Amino acid sequence: MYIVIVGGGSVGYYLCQALLKEGHEVLVLDRDSAKCERFGDEMGSVCISGDGCEVSTLSDAGVGRADVFIATTNEDEDNLVSCQVAKHKFKVPRTIARVNNPKNEEIFKKLGIDCTIGVTNLILKHIEEELPAHPLTHLLMMVEEGAELVEVRLEKNSRAINKAVKDIKVPKDSILGLLIRNGEKPKVLTTDVVLKINDRIIALTSMENEADLRKALVG
Amino acid sequence: MNVIIMGCGRVGAQLASILDGDGHKVTILDINGHSFRRLSSTFSGTALLGDGTDQETLKKAGIQDADAFVAVTEGDNRNVMAAQIAKYIFKAPKVICRIYDPLRKDVYESIGIETISPTTVFAQLLKERLLAI
Repeated sequence: MYIVIVGGGSVGYYLCQALLKEGHEVLVLDRDSAKCERFGDEMGSVCISGDGCEVSTLSDAGVGRADVFIATTNEDEDNLVSCQVAKHKFKVPRTIARVNNPKNEEIFKKLGIDCTIGVTNLILKHIEEELPAHPLTHLLMMVEEGAELVEVRLEKNSRAINKAVKDIKVPKDSILGLLIRNGEKPKVLTTDVVLKINDRIIALTSMENEADLRKALVG
Repeated sequence: MNVIIMGCGRVGAQLASILDGDGHKVTILDINGHSFRRLSSTFSGTALLGDGTDQETLKKAGIQDADAFVAVTEGDNRNVMAAQIAKYIFKAPKVICRIYDPLRKDVYESIGIETISPTTVFAQLLKERLLAI
């Protein structure tokens, strides 16, 4: 595949290295010619200097035959524009944008970017996974639907302990789906189950009701 | 008319002052408070510190009730991002954005964003003046 990457920072650099290793044809664009030299020393002539939002630069880079276009700079508006130019002017079938401000992820999707990677949310998700003390972990974000799948871990002082599911007031649009208890196989939560310490609940919730759901279960 | 202007540079400030003088309701945004010094001393609209590519700032500026949104910051990309948010997310009835780069302007015109490229306009003006001699 021919892959064009805009932005020769750390993300662009290591992405280029990895994709080359997988046997793809890769070209990196960066405004800073000094950054391009760094690529040249280690990977050959894979980086050209130029503005990845400019039609003429993209034309020189042969973006018209690119299969994938990835914008990795740390400026969201630059990533949006370069992906849109690649998509509308050069008809690149798949555009991927790094999103630095989590609020922009939804906007980018609405404005036609095929795939967005929200760096801040990704890091946050990993931190949550690594910190078992955190009572609520995001498992899956469904940005377009405004919904998310979360795991809630009940602790000693959690509000839902010793309560039956039917007695817990969960917010609208939230569903308590599965129960994971003491390493047993996950079970569908029925309304008469009484919750205990260390229970893990997989729940579906709307994004705006996440805090209320946490309050209902953990307190 | 209720207008939001993003970017209080020379063009933004002058447009804001003219519209305000004509009796329109004007809200002008800039990420740098120092820029508001360019507004005329009689400006009676709202000057709001904030980034027009941020939905919350746009809401605060009253985008939901605005008749028009104009993006005239120094950055083409910032302008075009804010213009798209105003047009496609908040459905502002009239959206105009400045794009210096003529080629980028063509791309955005083709996907329905109303743009003005000062580069093209000014080159055309210069040509007309030259030929009028």
